[in-house]
Amino acid sequence: MGDIVSALVITVIALAALAALLGAMYWVVGRLPKKWREGARAWVFLFPSAVAVTIGLLVPAIRTIYLSLLDDNGNKFVGFENYVDVFTTTGTRLTVFNSLSWVLIGTIATVAVGLAMARFADGMRIESAAKSAIFLPGAISLVGTGLIWGFVYAGPPFDVGLLNAVTEGIPGLPDSWGGGGDRLWLLERGFGGVDPPDSAPGVNTFLLIVVFIWAQAGISTVIFSAAIKGVPDSLIEAAKVDGATDQQTFYRVTLPYIRSTIVTVATLTTVAGLKAFDIVAATTGGRFGTSTIANEFYVTRFVQGRSGVGATLAVLIFILVIPVMILNRRAQARAEEMMGG
Amino acid sequence: MATITLEKINKVYPNGFHAIHDLDLDIADTEFLVLVGPSGCGKSTALRMVAGLEEITNGEMRIGDRIVNEVEPKDRDIAMVFQNYALYPHMSVYDNIGFALKLAKTPKDETDRRIREAARILELDEQLDRKPAQLSGGQRQRVAMGRAIVRQPAAFLMDEPLSNLDAKLRVQMRAEIASLQRELGVTTVYVTHDQVEAMTMGDRVAVLKDGFLQQVDTPQNLYDRPQNVFVAAFIGSPSMNLFEGTLTLDSSGQGGSLTLGSQAISIPSEVLAARPALAAYDGQPLIYGIRPEDMEDASLDSRPDDQCIHGEVSLVEALGAEILVHFGVDAAPVDSGDPDAVVELGDTAVVVGRFNPRSRIRLRDSAKVAVHAERLSFFDSSTRLAIWD
Repeated sequence: MGDIVSALVITVIALAALAALLGAMYWVVGRLPKKWREGARAWVFLFPSAVAVTIGLLVPAIRTIYLSLLDDNGNKFVGFENYVDVFTTTGTRLTVFNSLSWVLIGTIATVAVGLAMARFADGMRIESAAKSAIFLPGAISLVGTGLIWGFVYAGPPFDVGLLNAVTEGIPGLPDSWGGGGDRLWLLERGFGGVDPPDSAPGVNTFLLIVVFIWAQAGISTVIFSAAIKGVPDSLIEAAKVDGATDQQTFYRVTLPYIRSTIVTVATLTTVAGLKAFDIVAATTGGRFGTSTIANEFYVTRFVQGRSGVGATLAVLIFILVIPVMILNRRAQARAEEMMGG
Repeated sequence: MATITLEKINKVYPNGFHAIHDLDLDIADTEFLVLVGPSGCGKSTALRMVAGLEEITNGEMRIGDRIVNEVEPKDRDIAMVFQNYALYPHMSVYDNIGFALKLAKTPKDETDRRIREAARILELDEQLDRKPAQLSGGQRQRVAMGRAIVRQPAAFLMDEPLSNLDAKLRVQMRAEIASLQRELGVTTVYVTHDQVEAMTMGDRVAVLKDGFLQQVDTPQNLYDRPQNVFVAAFIGSPSMNLFEGTLTLDSSGQGGSLTLGSQAISIPSEVLAARPALAAYDGQPLIYGIRPEDMEDASLDSRPDDQCIHGEVSLVEALGAEILVHFGVDAAPVDSGDPDAVVELGDTAVVVGRFNPRSRIRLRDSAKVAVHAERLSFFDSSTRLAIWD
């Protein structure tokens, strides 16, 4: 009890001190000569977040880059050896390839499914019910999602697999594959029967990307749906009068109109795909050729305790996000120019 | 080129709102027909039904000889100009104008020739590579026109195409659209709420109110012989002054007088001779109207005293070539039924007269105003229909 009270008191005092500090700085700035006042005032308000960004983001990022240049114990400077390692070791190379598959397949499918659902749900009598249904998976934490799909894909010895139950009745399917006496969906080996880590990425990773799409499609549907509703009616009518079929109207008028929304959703999904960790960790833990960069980073750094390669993998994610951000910025700028924004 | 025929067209929305009642219109080939009316009168709905953007509840719509009730907009061979222009923001002016031709798979060189021809007519040659966002309001309006004329369609449908332009540009584009239409000879249906546009542009004007067609006629006939109180008040600016009064014929039956509140206007015999039906209204209340230009400052007009009225001047608007004088009389004002008009309340009607600028009438004067009684319009006070015969 005493602990809680003192914690509360300290919190209040800290907040009051921060407010007092800001107030004092604002007061001081107000007394500055006029030509400095505006700029200085902005800095007063930027100051707390600048401090937070520096401590919480900038310093760790620089330290991570530094660590990636040291050996796994963080003692010896090894230059780019860790980077060479990541790209020459079969296991980590597969990891990079898997992550790129997540980004590519996951993003394209999420955008496509979202657009299709938004288009066909638009104006339907059960539109809001349909959209709620597809939105729901996105409300579950990704770890929960992973666990649920673990059950869907489950094979022996846990005889609870939903897919197995469904496919039981389909004639022509072999009684078992992947070893054991039943159908294994997440194969305990990599693609083509080659054991990991030397296997190619295959059906396992694809099955996990399906889970990712299931989790992402809902929010993308909702966003696209709102964007499609924002297309002016007169534009659609003009296209109809101009002789466009529904399909031509959608592809030539609606899609270009909501382009900046598509770019945004694609960017968000790409970043989510690059960070893919929860689903992998909750289903296979990265085994059977399914590891992603983020999962590999976790395993390398926190399970195996190898700080050099771990930091390198973290930097790799960081580097891969940069071009996505640049492309996003450019596409947004083009879209704004088009709309006269 | 085609005729457009509407036969007993009705529009009932799913919520039960009956927007158009038994609308009959015969629009001739190459005709410029204007649909005009106050907001909510159903003029845009009617146009959208011609375009196929609005379903027809019942009745028959023909473009040329073809019944188009169930025909998709894209197959009706019509071009439409929207109020907000509805330009495709991601396409250049060139692609905006050429979009319909591209969809119709017109050969590339012909498409190009027609786009450039349209751009030349509309003076958009310099803007072909620009996006709509980079154009001025007037240029956007021209692109919308270009998109219509490049099609060489059976009909142009225009839904208040000038209402987003400033006043000066609107006057200029009004003339340009009218002359362009005459040059191209394409049947045109034009919707507007602006009766000046209607009068200046249309070969004929159809006046709508509450989904009912009030009158279709040439602009001058609408102005000179309105068929009911609403058309009389709606066409003309400032509006016709409308009053409720009682007609009393004198014993000879040759002349008579009309009450205007506590005043009276003497009615010359030729008015009654031209309209024998008025005899039936002897001693009865009726509605009558005076156009502003049919009144004059009495000091500039040699009318007998019994054709003059008096009222206190509440506003004088000097327009240079004329002055508009507002003055009050103690007669009950008549509500013409125009939802956009300012409804006067109480027992005082404000009368607007269009006087010669040499008039010396000043604010708050008690003005003596000559009424050209031979130009009066009369309406039955219950049916509100005009009495011309």
